[in-house]
Amino acid sequence: MTDIGETATPAPSAPSPGAAFGRAIRSFALLRESGAGMVGVGLIALWVFVALFAPLVAPFDPNATLQPFAKPGTVYAQGGTFWLGTDHIGRDILSRIIWGSRAVLFYAPLATASAYLVGILMGLAAGYFRGKMDEFLSFIANVILSFPVLVLYILVIATIGASGINIVIAITFASAPGIMRIVRGLVLDLRNRDYVAAAQTRGESSWYIMLVEILPNARGPLIVDACLRLGYVIITIGVLGFLGLGLPPPDPDWGGMINETRSMALAFPHMTIFPCIAISSLILGFNMLADGLREIAIRD
Amino acid sequence: MVLFILRRLGTMALTMLVVSLLLFLLLEFTPGNVATKVLGPYSSEEQRNLWLEAHGYFEPLWYRYGTWLGRFVSGDFGDSIRFKVPVADVLWPRLWNTAILGFWTFAVMIPLSLMLGVLAGMREGSLLDRTISVTSIVTTSIPEFASAVFLAALFVFWLGILPGTSTMSGGFDWVQLVLPVMVLVLYDFGYVARMTRASMAEVMTTHYIRTAVLKGLPYRRVILKHALRNALIAPFTVITLQVNWLLSGVIVVEFFFAYKGFGALLLEASLNQDIFLIEACAMVAVFVAASTQTIADVGYTVLNPRIRFA
Amino acid sequence: MSDEPPLLEIENLCISYFTRAGEIPAVVDFSMTLHAGESIGLVGESGCGKSTVAMAIMQYMGHNGGIVGGSIRFKGRDLASYSAKELRRLRGSEVAMIYQEPMAALNPSLTLGSQLIEVPMTHEGLRRSEAYSRAVEMLSDVRLSDPERVMAAYPHQISGGQQQRVVIAMALLGKPSLLLLDEPTTALDVTVEAGIVNLIADISKKFGTAQIYISHNLGLILSTCERVCVMYSGEAIEEGRIVDLFERPLHPYTQGLFGCIPLPSCDKNARPLTPIRGQLPLPHERPRGCYFGPRCDYFRDGLCNRELIPMSPSDQSGHRVRCLRWQEVPGETPERVVVARERIQVGEEVLRATGLQKYYPIHDRSLAALISGKGVRYVKANETLDFGACVRETVAIVGESGCGKSTFAKVLMGLETATDGELHFAGDEISRSPVRKRSPQQLGSLQMVFQNPNETLNPSHTIGAQIGRVIKKFGVESDPGKIQQRVLELLDTVKLPRDFYKRRPRQLSGGQKQRVGIARAFAGNPKMVVADEPISALDVSVAAAVTELLMDIQREHGTTLLFISHDLSVVRYLADRIVVMYLGQIMERGTTEQVFAPPYHPYTEALLSAVPIADPNVKKREIVLEGNIPSALNPPKGCPFATRCPRKIGDICDNEMPPRKSDHPRHVIACHIPLEDLIKVEPVFRTVAGEAAE
Repeated sequence: MTDIGETATPAPSAPSPGAAFGRAIRSFALLRESGAGMVGVGLIALWVFVALFAPLVAPFDPNATLQPFAKPGTVYAQGGTFWLGTDHIGRDILSRIIWGSRAVLFYAPLATASAYLVGILMGLAAGYFRGKMDEFLSFIANVILSFPVLVLYILVIATIGASGINIVIAITFASAPGIMRIVRGLVLDLRNRDYVAAAQTRGESSWYIMLVEILPNARGPLIVDACLRLGYVIITIGVLGFLGLGLPPPDPDWGGMINETRSMALAFPHMTIFPCIAISSLILGFNMLADGLREIAIRD
Repeated sequence: MVLFILRRLGTMALTMLVVSLLLFLLLEFTPGNVATKVLGPYSSEEQRNLWLEAHGYFEPLWYRYGTWLGRFVSGDFGDSIRFKVPVADVLWPRLWNTAILGFWTFAVMIPLSLMLGVLAGMREGSLLDRTISVTSIVTTSIPEFASAVFLAALFVFWLGILPGTSTMSGGFDWVQLVLPVMVLVLYDFGYVARMTRASMAEVMTTHYIRTAVLKGLPYRRVILKHALRNALIAPFTVITLQVNWLLSGVIVVEFFFAYKGFGALLLEASLNQDIFLIEACAMVAVFVAASTQTIADVGYTVLNPRIRFA
Repeated sequence: MSDEPPLLEIENLCISYFTRAGEIPAVVDFSMTLHAGESIGLVGESGCGKSTVAMAIMQYMGHNGGIVGGSIRFKGRDLASYSAKELRRLRGSEVAMIYQEPMAALNPSLTLGSQLIEVPMTHEGLRRSEAYSRAVEMLSDVRLSDPERVMAAYPHQISGGQQQRVVIAMALLGKPSLLLLDEPTTALDVTVEAGIVNLIADISKKFGTAQIYISHNLGLILSTCERVCVMYSGEAIEEGRIVDLFERPLHPYTQGLFGCIPLPSCDKNARPLTPIRGQLPLPHERPRGCYFGPRCDYFRDGLCNRELIPMSPSDQSGHRVRCLRWQEVPGETPERVVVARERIQVGEEVLRATGLQKYYPIHDRSLAALISGKGVRYVKANETLDFGACVRETVAIVGESGCGKSTFAKVLMGLETATDGELHFAGDEISRSPVRKRSPQQLGSLQMVFQNPNETLNPSHTIGAQIGRVIKKFGVESDPGKIQQRVLELLDTVKLPRDFYKRRPRQLSGGQKQRVGIARAFAGNPKMVVADEPISALDVSVAAAVTELLMDIQREHGTTLLFISHDLSVVRYLADRIVVMYLGQIMERGTTEQVFAPPYHPYTEALLSAVPIADPNVKKREIVLEGNIPSALNPPKGCPFATRCPRKIGDICDNEMPPRKSDHPRHVIACHIPLEDLIKVEPVFRTVAGEAAE
């Protein structure tokens, strides 16, 4: 017999400990080719920076009453400038936006992660076990999804009260069924792959197969979806604040800022416009990132 | 086919039943509050207990649920605590107002988003495609309350050509409908357009489109006869499901523009713990959402011959 | 030949795709001349650029492909000078195409009728009614039995073979002078394929249409074309008349291809396959000079890797070859260092299926089913299977799609449980014990090699981790260092470099992935390995290497191999015994020699006749089956093959299960026809020249 080893493609043999990190770097390198993705990364990075360094960046105490109804650019008598003006009780809007980013960037990822945890477990179980388990979980998902989302939030928040942790619970409750559907669809597809059959024929347990064999291969679509969903969650937190069901005052919350000043919006548009720009830009960041990631996923 | 529709209706009825039970439990598991809400904070303990007994609150839970559901199905939704009138009297006119708002939103949004989506998907990667895609990402990133603020600032504060509220206090007024519809369309069209674009782009890469082109058919015929039919199946489902989103959107928009609609009513009821009104509103909302879901499922089956004959 | 210009002239064609990574040359230097009414075959492995040539003739390259050099002249005029409108007139009426996947080529939401009539309506301006009658006529020309019904049907309502006939009808409706066929039967079952090939051969006679037949299968080209052009890595490397090229291949690659095909003259012990080493270079990694150089046994440094090698004629008949040393290359398939293997000694029985049955319940919720009370129906995937396999033996299960061969594998592996009957493996009854109830020993002694190279390995884990997991799971080793050592040894066994340990599946080619799959299956020292179509997704040269590897390891380990396949040529080459299945039942079983010689079961006979053989010296009797394979949900009451059987003897076939007959203890045929009559049947194959086989 002649040698029939196929040894044509030389590939870099990456050291295994840093492999995951190396792959993250490579994904980022791919993302750099997508314009939308980079804009998204930039916007998100900006807000994360602002939130982390809020005490250093913010010119004033966000809750201090300084000078009511100041227009943007007004110079404060005791030093400093209200770059974005002040609200009706004289708090600096820029400082409130800066501090408010902390609330959004804390609760939105927390709520999304919690919804994903529940949704992924439900989806894995429904898609892998199928049968009665699937019917039961899918029916629950259908019931919850048949509520218009905001109606559900309002009902839950109105019942259990408005607080940060309750918002996380409400978002988990309302979003997990949607995530479950996506995961279930992916699992139904992936469970028929030969490598799953191979795992079954060597006697692996169901949870090993779900978590080690199936879930890692579903990560692509799930990461894209998570970015989009983070955007939705930020919208939700904003809307709840806007409707007066958000984080309790006086700490700054973007949706709440708009709610408090919207009656004056026609006379003093700056009070509402700037928080709106803030929230829209952050959501845009996540949507752009999702778009960039999707583009990479398609090209792979 | 008949059986399929019946089965879908059955599932829907079951969903509604479970929803009603959930709502009932969610809102009534603190009976003390109900009496306080109805009789006011200055009522005595004795008065509250009397009221609770008179309204059957000491009966077993399942019995109360049964009677409530029975009355609900027969159209008796109870009295609104806040408005001091039967719930039905406030609910139906408000629902009608929201229907008008919803109708115009769809009337503008559907043709706009389908057209943009098809144009973008027809030539994937073209300048037009990228413009439409970026625009729709941006518009879907602006929540309704934010676009309401932006549009109000632009058209009311700076240009002064539109009214900033839509109370319709002087009777129905077209001009007052413009801003709410604009806000809703702006937020929704991007999503539908993107879905249409994705569907169209996918169809354009299929082998049967290649077959059609290589048959020597004119481009217009390839698009109109071969591509559109298949490309519009997915957006159909997306559009029917938008009804569900719209029900969320109207809450924000009606609240912002003080439009006397269903969404504002639901919010008002929730903030005031007006439980009979909340129950009625929520049931109506779920009914609308569940019916459109059913219509979407049935419609999808009708549109798609592969399923229709399976 | 007349003075008028040839129908199609392709000269030095170069086609590239432009991607973010840069220019990828798909076709480098391709020339071809085709005269009216002539048929030429384009052969090559995947990625050689044969479909790209067809798309270039259609001027349909997508937005990132383009012709970067050379010309295509149709009836003397350069296609590049056609306007969009002229191109439209050309497509469909002058040049028509038939595609690989008929289901995908037809619009799912339009009736077949409306897709057919638009061809004459567009090109000849016919009215709807005229176009309709023309389409109906054409449908009966492509031998569809009920044209009116087909006209009103949607694509998914007819079978794959019928769909391909509709696509052919659609192409012919424009009365083209050139027909491009891009792997038109690859997606079809072998008996259906035979019918289509037969039809295509008739078309060229009846309509005088010139044809370019693209295929990876040399056997199909032999039965459809007059000339053939072999492509490798974007170039034509050899071209000539069928007889010349098949009798005397000149290019080392062409010779290598023939060495990879399990021809009837091959034998796994005396004359094994001779795979081509290495693999197809990627388009941007092609070597200097001869692209086949690195894989060629006749490669000479300083000659073959200097500059681009031109096509040069070898004689007056138009036989051309792209090789500098063709005169020095022996004309026959090279006599490599072939170690004739010893015949293996079969041991005791390790597997025995007795009356094995597997039904899948289907819950029908339609109105009619509810009324008639037939809410649950059964897919009869396996029906009374009886056969066995011995130690060191290779048993093949052959059959077309839906015959239940994969279902049997699933029951055997414990992924499904049988509905009835018994299945003994190594002393245990396992027909009703699912995977999770089997002991690690049982699991380890019965392993599987899967069909699809892209699905067999988990893309998220490294090769080493995946093989190591098996070793750990079956308790072969538990110490991490020893596990790694064992994995490396296994990589050696399947002839993969050791640094594949840290690679991920996406960095591997299809053949390499299958090798890893084999390593994984043998990691637990199994008694028996089930291989479900392990090479059907691979290219010819790679498939040969994997086949040889599988057999070597089997021999080394003394393993029983259950080889599931649809390909009779491969099965004939490697199996000791064969089980022929149709619609869940065994039609015939016996040793390979018994199955390939009379008496045949009529289905086996048809199956044998349908296999394309790339050897002009082997003649076969043509048996074309009519009709479709019935649904396993509703199989015929009597013999499952009765609906298509050309030798049906009467109502008894339709109504009664055929009895099992034996002319030899291990040869069983399930048929109503008396054995005496079956014995009289002529053999399907006949060697003409006589000297080819021995």
